[in-house]
Amino acid sequence: MNTAVKVPKRKMEAPKKLLQQMYRQRYIYLLMLPAIIWALLFCYAPLAGLYMAFVDFKLALGDFWHRLFTSEFVGLQWFKYFFSGQDFFRVMRNTLVSSVLTLSMKFVVPVFIAILMNEVRNVHFKKIVQTASYLPYFVSWVIAANIITTLLSSGGAINQLLLNLHIIKESIPFLQQGKYFWGIVAVSNTWKDMGYNSIIYLAAITAVNPELFEAAQVDGASRIKQIWHILLPAIKPTIIIMMILSIGDLLNTGFDQFFLLGNSMTREFSDVIDTYSFRYGIQNGMYSYATAVGLFKSVVALILVSGANALAKKTENSHLF
Amino acid sequence: MTAKEKAWNIAGKVFVYGMLSLLFLITFLPFWNIFVLSINEASDTLRGGVALWPRAPTFDSYITVLKDPEIIGSLGITLLRTVVGVPFSVIIIAMLAYGLSRNGLVGKRAINFFFVFTMMFSGGMIPKYMVIRSLGLLDNFWVFILPDLVNIFWMMLIRTYMEGLPRELEESARIDGANDLVIFLRVILPICVPVLATVIMFSAIYHWNSWYDSYIYTSSQNLKTLSSVLVKILNQYQTGGMLSQAQQMAASAKRLPVSSESIRMTVTMVATLPIVMVYPLVQKYFISGMMVGSVKD
Repeated sequence: MNTAVKVPKRKMEAPKKLLQQMYRQRYIYLLMLPAIIWALLFCYAPLAGLYMAFVDFKLALGDFWHRLFTSEFVGLQWFKYFFSGQDFFRVMRNTLVSSVLTLSMKFVVPVFIAILMNEVRNVHFKKIVQTASYLPYFVSWVIAANIITTLLSSGGAINQLLLNLHIIKESIPFLQQGKYFWGIVAVSNTWKDMGYNSIIYLAAITAVNPELFEAAQVDGASRIKQIWHILLPAIKPTIIIMMILSIGDLLNTGFDQFFLLGNSMTREFSDVIDTYSFRYGIQNGMYSYATAVGLFKSVVALILVSGANALAKKTENSHLF
Repeated sequence: MTAKEKAWNIAGKVFVYGMLSLLFLITFLPFWNIFVLSINEASDTLRGGVALWPRAPTFDSYITVLKDPEIIGSLGITLLRTVVGVPFSVIIIAMLAYGLSRNGLVGKRAINFFFVFTMMFSGGMIPKYMVIRSLGLLDNFWVFILPDLVNIFWMMLIRTYMEGLPRELEESARIDGANDLVIFLRVILPICVPVLATVIMFSAIYHWNSWYDSYIYTSSQNLKTLSSVLVKILNQYQTGGMLSQAQQMAASAKRLPVSSESIRMTVTMVATLPIVMVYPLVQKYFISGMMVGSVKD
């Protein structure tokens, strides 16, 4: 009974106490203030700028915000324009196909690499292979695109190799033919990230209890059987989580690789939502239209990411990370 | 072990080492190929067949590149943005991480969501461009520093580290009358050096690699970074420079030590080299970075 009396009394004092506590913590807020101002300016102000998608905004001299809120309101006109145009199908196809191709490759290869790495006993060999395989992750897409363009050019190393092996009769200008583009992007993405992405699986493998393998060995299970029946099931939760999380990135194909590897000859296949929005907005000055296209992508991506995160939390085992 | 098992064992070893050697070749040889092309005489390269070993080695392309005022200027601006941007960024991220690592901070969940939300939903390319324009940052050096000042993943990395520190450190300082500012600067920051070093490396690599801000938001020549110059060179190659067979024959008849192609290879190498030198230092922090990056909260 005593506690029942005490509770309302405490609640009365709560606002005052809260303010006191906040005053005591004032220096902490002060430390966070620059980051908060940064977020307001560079993250939340652009969110307000999304209003551009619903007006007919024209760039001219004068304050952006004043012009924005005095522009003519057009409702969903830009969205209708995008959805009813022919570009929509093409851009969505390119985005989804490259994404799915990339994701399917990006999943299998790092798991495979991690399993192989785990079998290596020679420390120096392991170190050399790991160092080389992480390198592409750390260079920029500009460097990667230059390397890929060079390798795939008509006189480049890939064509030379294929010619010497008599697989092709004359060199193929890979980057000038749209039909190769999705594959090139998927392989390039995988090339760049496979080593680095294998780290998380390698960590998951290290966490597997070695006694399981010892017991299997005593029972006479071969190494392949041990991998299939012990190792793979043990890292399955990690694989599933990574897969679910990557669904959230389905529309985030990345801008750099498409912008840098694509050209006017391959546009039919290399134009994704990001490059499309970039070309219409920043290069052609159709700011409102490009904003609407970008907003469409952001909304779908947000739904995918939150869905994926919720699903990941549901399936996540507490010992996973 | 039976003979059959032994054979399988050896076959397995051959497979593992073979596949991983292939992985090494796939990731290393492309860089090596560019290096070889950058030190091979340009007209000799055009005759074809140079891939893994230089046939006519020369450093003429490097000499040309390092004498080029555009390249030298872009190297300077890239170094400047790295030297200014990294400390600025890391200190503000660390300050935020300290705040969000405190237990019992009023409104902590809300502030945390305020930042995490920025990762999940953004205004996108065009509104960001407009905001940067309205802030007067177009063609301004600070456009390299301010728009991407805070990185939430790096903040999580530092915050996780701070949360793992023993509480006693801070409590004894508090008994001595230290406030949060003093505790942050004198107690917490000095013991966070390992994680700060990681974030400094990540931030330096980010600044060295970024091209989009310089390419889009700046127009004056003295604000072009090395990577954005490299994008320009790549664009020129894609639109005009893809040489026809006849042009190649004509060019290879003349003895040219340097061509636009060998320049492209050389600039690519110059941009890659610092990364190659820095990244073995970060390698040991990879796993922790990867782990934090994979847990979204």
